[in-house]
Amino acid sequence: MIAENHYEPAAPAAENIAVVTAGDYLNKLTGERIERECKDRLEQGCRELVVDFSQTEVINSIGISILLGVIDSAKNSGAKVVFSELNDDSAQLFESLGLTNHVTIA
Amino acid sequence: MIEDRTKLIHAFGALAELGSEVANKNSFQETIRTSLHLISGALAIMRGGVARYSRYGHELNMLAVRGLGDDFPLSLSLCLEDERQFIANGLNAIETSQAKVLPFFQVYDRSLESRKIELFVPLVVRDEIVGALFLGEKATSLPYTTYEKEIICAMGRHIGVAIAQRNLMAEIERHAEENRKLVDDMRTTYNDTVKAFATAIDCKDKYTEGHSVRVGKYSEIIATELEWGPQEVEGAAVAGYLHDVGKLTVERKIINAPYRINAKESAELNKHPGVGYEILLPIHHPYTNVPLAAKYHHERLDGRGYPDGLYDREIPYIAKLVNLADSFDAMTTDRPYKARRPAADVVDDLRRNAGKQFAPELVTAFLRGMLKELTGDNKEKRFRKLLGREYMEAEGIVPILRTALNEMTPTSPLTYINSEPQAEGPTIL
Ligand SMILES: [Fe+2]
Ligand SMILES: [Fe+2]
Repeated sequence: MIAENHYEPAAPAAENIAVVTAGDYLNKLTGERIERECKDRLEQGCRELVVDFSQTEVINSIGISILLGVIDSAKNSGAKVVFSELNDDSAQLFESLGLTNHVTIA
Repeated sequence: MIEDRTKLIHAFGALAELGSEVANKNSFQETIRTSLHLISGALAIMRGGVARYSRYGHELNMLAVRGLGDDFPLSLSLCLEDERQFIANGLNAIETSQAKVLPFFQVYDRSLESRKIELFVPLVVRDEIVGALFLGEKATSLPYTTYEKEIICAMGRHIGVAIAQRNLMAEIERHAEENRKLVDDMRTTYNDTVKAFATAIDCKDKYTEGHSVRVGKYSEIIATELEWGPQEVEGAAVAGYLHDVGKLTVERKIINAPYRINAKESAELNKHPGVGYEILLPIHHPYTNVPLAAKYHHERLDGRGYPDGLYDREIPYIAKLVNLADSFDAMTTDRPYKARRPAADVVDDLRRNAGKQFAPELVTAFLRGMLKELTGDNKEKRFRKLLGREYMEAEGIVPILRTALNEMTPTSPLTYINSEPQAEGPTIL
């Protein structure tokens, strides 16, 4: 498990691509900060949001809701969302809930 | 099948978390926001909202929204027909596409359709609408299954109860506030009545006009100096205002006698504490024993008072307090047979009689209050208003007050009785 409230802001990976580390706080109300961060990036002209799950073990309902918010914002700005480093359990959950219809799994 | 199990476990995780969220002491807003996340996340619902119903405004006001955009109304009104139908429907999911007959869905058709709101759940708790859920399409774009609707309703019940609870709390707070106001009103009325009574008592005694009112005010000053609570201070004032109520039955010519009254007349006058006690018995002041204050306001610490010749600790404290206020007024107002004494003289008298007639700590408190006013530490001018500026600002009072206080500063809460026979105490009426 990652320490609580461990949060790294999206780092610019390449031009127009933002990488966001999901971490563990995704599963709490504090996860709304990721959503806001993503919105800011999109407004700054980001065309691709990469959500990095390498430090995320479990994703609960709040986490899913936050990710849906990210997907919705990206859709409204015509940007692409990529989920990277998903573990098997999470991948299966995303598949069954239909999130995979809206994102690219990397 | 494995897929379904993953989904199920995920959804039930959300339900469990919602239960603990509602039971939590988090802020109401946070609880509702979290609830919406949990519902959306449990079934991957793209957008939605939670609204609270205002019974008085007949409208659903959005408490939390996700992905509904700026155009979606934040307040949606219901007509009586909608209300009736929703209550009859109970806490069950309504498919918006199937409910177009209801006025609500006709009025908000465009908003609901543009945000793809597929389900509407009236949150009905104990036959009352407390709120509603608005839920959009799922990430899978598939229609809601019966099982999913059940999960939604289970979560809806949690949210409904949370809102109902919140409403109840608000109601209780409002009642408590109303009650406080009512009690305040009653207290004001009560105090006004007491003052009116005091004025009536004083009318009988034209030479001591305003005596009861002043004793009420002096009692208040002493209680304040003793740092009593506001209600206790109020009680002390009431005891002061009413201490001489028994005089209402004493013959007017005795009270108004322009000479020192004789023994027979004196015996008649001395009945007034007992009579006052009888009159005041039905008064139940919550903080002060007003009848006892009247009965024993002429008792002295050394046992030389009347009617019962009680000693120090046999005398109720409130009666000692009123006795001091009463004596002070008697000394500082003109009498038919005697002009009032200079302030310095009175202060000295109080000091000398502390422990004989008066409880020393009460005298100390009273003199301290007086000194505070004269040195400007207390800006209220309580004594000046009652005794006149000239009288209070006569030269030499401040040093005399200081000397008296230095001498009397109590080292023990026990009062001290001087056993030496005393020639004559201060004159009291
Ligand atoms: Fe009296
Ligand atoms: Fe009196």
